[in-house]
Amino acid sequence: MAHDAEHHDHPDHLAHHFDTPKQQFEAGKLGMWLFIATEILLFGGLFVGYSVWRGNHPELFEYSSHFLDTTMGGINTAVLIASSLTMAAAVTVAQRNDPVKQDKRPILILLLVLTLCGAAGFMVIKYFEWTHKFAEGWYPGVKYYEKPSDKSHTWDSHAGVIGVEMTTIDTVDGAPTRGDLGLPDTVTVELPAAAPVAVAPDHFLADKLAAVYGNDDAAHAGDPHGADVTTHDAKHDEHEQTHPLQDPHRPRDAHIFFNIYYMMTGLHGIHVIIGGIVITWLLIKSFRGQFHRDYFTPVDLGGLYWHVVDLIWIFLFPLFYLIH
Amino acid sequence: MSAIDTQPQTPVVVDNYLNHTKGVLSWALTLDHKRIGVMYTISVLLSFFLGGMFALLVRTELIAPGEGFLTQDQYNQAFSLHGAIMVFLVIIPSVPAALGNFIMPIMLGAKDVAFPRLNLFSYYLWVFGAIFFVVAMFTGSLDTGWTFYTPYSIDTDSAMSGVIPALTGAFILGFSSIFTGMNFIVTIHRLRPPGMTWFRMPLFLWAIYATALIQVLATPVLGITLLLLIMERAFGIGIFNPALGGDPVLYQHFFWFYSHPAVYIMILPGMGIISELIAVHSHKHICGYKFIAFSSVAIAIFGFLVWGHHMFVSGQSPLLNAIFSAITFSVSIPSAVKMFNWLATLYKGSISLNTPMLYALSFMFIFAIGGLTGLHLGTLATDVHLHDTYFVVAHFHYVMMGSALIAMIGGLHHWWPKITGKMYNENLGRLGCILVFVGFNTTFLPQFVLGSQGMPRRYHDYSNFLPEQVELYATYHMWSSIGSYIMAVGFFLTAGYLIHSLFAGRRAPANPWGGRSLEWQCASPPPYDNFAVTPSVGDCYDFSVLEWDEKEQGYRINEEARRKQAYPGEVADRSGAEKLDGD
Ligand code: HEM
Ligand SMILES: [Cu+2]
Repeated sequence: MAHDAEHHDHPDHLAHHFDTPKQQFEAGKLGMWLFIATEILLFGGLFVGYSVWRGNHPELFEYSSHFLDTTMGGINTAVLIASSLTMAAAVTVAQRNDPVKQDKRPILILLLVLTLCGAAGFMVIKYFEWTHKFAEGWYPGVKYYEKPSDKSHTWDSHAGVIGVEMTTIDTVDGAPTRGDLGLPDTVTVELPAAAPVAVAPDHFLADKLAAVYGNDDAAHAGDPHGADVTTHDAKHDEHEQTHPLQDPHRPRDAHIFFNIYYMMTGLHGIHVIIGGIVITWLLIKSFRGQFHRDYFTPVDLGGLYWHVVDLIWIFLFPLFYLIH
Repeated sequence: MSAIDTQPQTPVVVDNYLNHTKGVLSWALTLDHKRIGVMYTISVLLSFFLGGMFALLVRTELIAPGEGFLTQDQYNQAFSLHGAIMVFLVIIPSVPAALGNFIMPIMLGAKDVAFPRLNLFSYYLWVFGAIFFVVAMFTGSLDTGWTFYTPYSIDTDSAMSGVIPALTGAFILGFSSIFTGMNFIVTIHRLRPPGMTWFRMPLFLWAIYATALIQVLATPVLGITLLLLIMERAFGIGIFNPALGGDPVLYQHFFWFYSHPAVYIMILPGMGIISELIAVHSHKHICGYKFIAFSSVAIAIFGFLVWGHHMFVSGQSPLLNAIFSAITFSVSIPSAVKMFNWLATLYKGSISLNTPMLYALSFMFIFAIGGLTGLHLGTLATDVHLHDTYFVVAHFHYVMMGSALIAMIGGLHHWWPKITGKMYNENLGRLGCILVFVGFNTTFLPQFVLGSQGMPRRYHDYSNFLPEQVELYATYHMWSSIGSYIMAVGFFLTAGYLIHSLFAGRRAPANPWGGRSLEWQCASPPPYDNFAVTPSVGDCYDFSVLEWDEKEQGYRINEEARRKQAYPGEVADRSGAEKLDGD
């Protein structure tokens, strides 16, 4: 059967540079698969980063993941899986819709609405999870990690910033004075003048955190050059169990787990939002009855994309929530 | 039904893609791959001018030892912007997005790329990314080099420095490149007309296809790397910053996992152009078609496995170093396969020494040196000495500028009559090419010596070395700078006669060089829908069927001869479409 481009029987949905709807569908499908490959590689980079980080700091992941809410994460997983199911059903329904009678249109719309609810529900739960973490003081980024939610805490709100400056190698020369460090008056920090430069940054941070949190163990454990940290912190005792950031057993840099967490779930969240926009667009077209058994490419491709977004979450969930 | 019998050799079409519609908006919102290709070409050439100006600043600073007219900071910014502009704004999009967009669908016999809207979107992403680079230029202090290595890129200067805008720009340009690649892969898979089987495709298309694979599979990793780096710089997420327990070598792995394949994004399409130029302008069937085609794909695959050769002295384990070194050697094999096939094509061909051919010959000369010096760098013992010296600078300019860019300029001359419908001045073209060739080698050959004598790269002043070193460096740097001025003259001359041809050039025939691939079968400039009549696909390197047409001042196909060598079933009808779009 010759389907000649010269015959002007191009249906509306067939772009001028394609010869047949089949050709157009297959082009779209291949394009979407390639796009999915790029998405997987994009997240693949993050997963590699995660693995390297976790390999370097296993204790930190072990410790910090306790603070994630497994129930919320579990509900979110269920929500996404359910929305994948409704999306798959929507694709099937669109493929069976009659172009004229539009018999399956109501079900198609219902299924897409349910999928959209899944996307929205996921984002709402994520929003509560993130704000909860912020309320606990787990801000993203090292510059914020120590900002106290309550000003009366013992640590100084400048401390986080010092943490950043302290750790650059050029500030390691010689022994900074207490004023240089900007540490609270109640803390005495004495550092050896000849601290080996290569290892100094780590110990600076350990010392400083120990100083700020009054956690002597952390400072002395495995400390080869014996930085002498003395803390006389009277106020500290009053706040002993009020805040996770004050936990004496907290490994240093625990907040960095949350950086990776925010990074990965944030990028995933952006994809969920894009998915939501795509589904909304499909919904509008379905209202107009534009999908039927002769033309369902957008539903099919949108569905593929949505499944990938879900799939990525299926990996994220255990990697963050279920590692203890 | 058969279109051949009625097909005129040079369909006289008054209506062409340039005059099909009028007005600025008809360009800005066009979905026509030819117009998008032209817009890309202009944008890329403007960026080339900008990047070139920074290069001249760098070379002028280095012409003599001692503090020149740039401060250290300005010098760092000049070479960083030069590198970043040349890589991300010029070379990567130059062949695939600019020339490829114009030529690829026509060569394939398609009406457009698979996703014309996405194509336009890629172009605007490019523009958007370029704007960020301009911002980086004006806010200043993008001083990390084009590689954005941590920790410089996370703790230089203030928060308002140009690093974040430049990273954002590169991120956006990455997506532009990804979408172009996706579009091209789908086009080549799905829009080949009947008769255009994989092994009848011109080699340029194979090269573009292999390139597109790399664009799609490598660029997302750059995207995520840059995103992580932006976050690291803005918030300090502690993944690359050693001070926060992060791993700066991880950044290098990420960066080169993209950027080594990216050097093949730059060179492969150039090699594709050279395959066309060599065959067409020596009027001889390309030698070893399948070898060249598969070597493109082999380079694309091997290219993913050698990134570690940039980190031999970054504390990579000796075992890994040895493995990466070995694979690096193997990647040069497919490159050599191409070189020998081109040489064999030239052998006993009837060579027209016109501008495109001169560029092709320059490419072969320069790429031979560029590729072979890559082997010096891939050898562990020598790389320890040569790493981060001018030897590396010379190596990558031989391959990026002397090969990839020269191929692009050669291709621009080859397809100029097709794109603009005008012929340029051939003698000025030859002169321009010779100036560029001489200037190029004067600039970069001395840098091999400089590097092997220990001159480090990215130094703003070299007066603090031993006196005899300073003396030696000064001589070679001076020659290098002189060469860059010669090259600049060559490029300005080229720009001049090309622009002049637009207004005063002779009207171009459909087939001025005697090419056989499909783009030479449609008018110059091509009509809006590319082909007035569906073209017939033949062996695109069989030039025996062409004859010179005195009246047209171009070549045309001799129907008699063509029919004799036609493929079985080579008739231009679309009924095969169903069967063919499966593969
Ligand atoms: C023929 C095969 C090639 C081999 C074996 C090779 C090998 C190498 C090696 C080992 C290095 C690292 C040197 C060092 O930093 O110490 C290097 C650097 C480089 N190569 Fe190649 N190369 C080849 C082809 C190419 C091509 C075709 C291009 C680009 C079109 C290219 C672009 C570069 C660039 C840009 C750098 C340095 C990047 C930087 O540090 O800023 N190379 N090459
Ligand atoms: Cu490389």
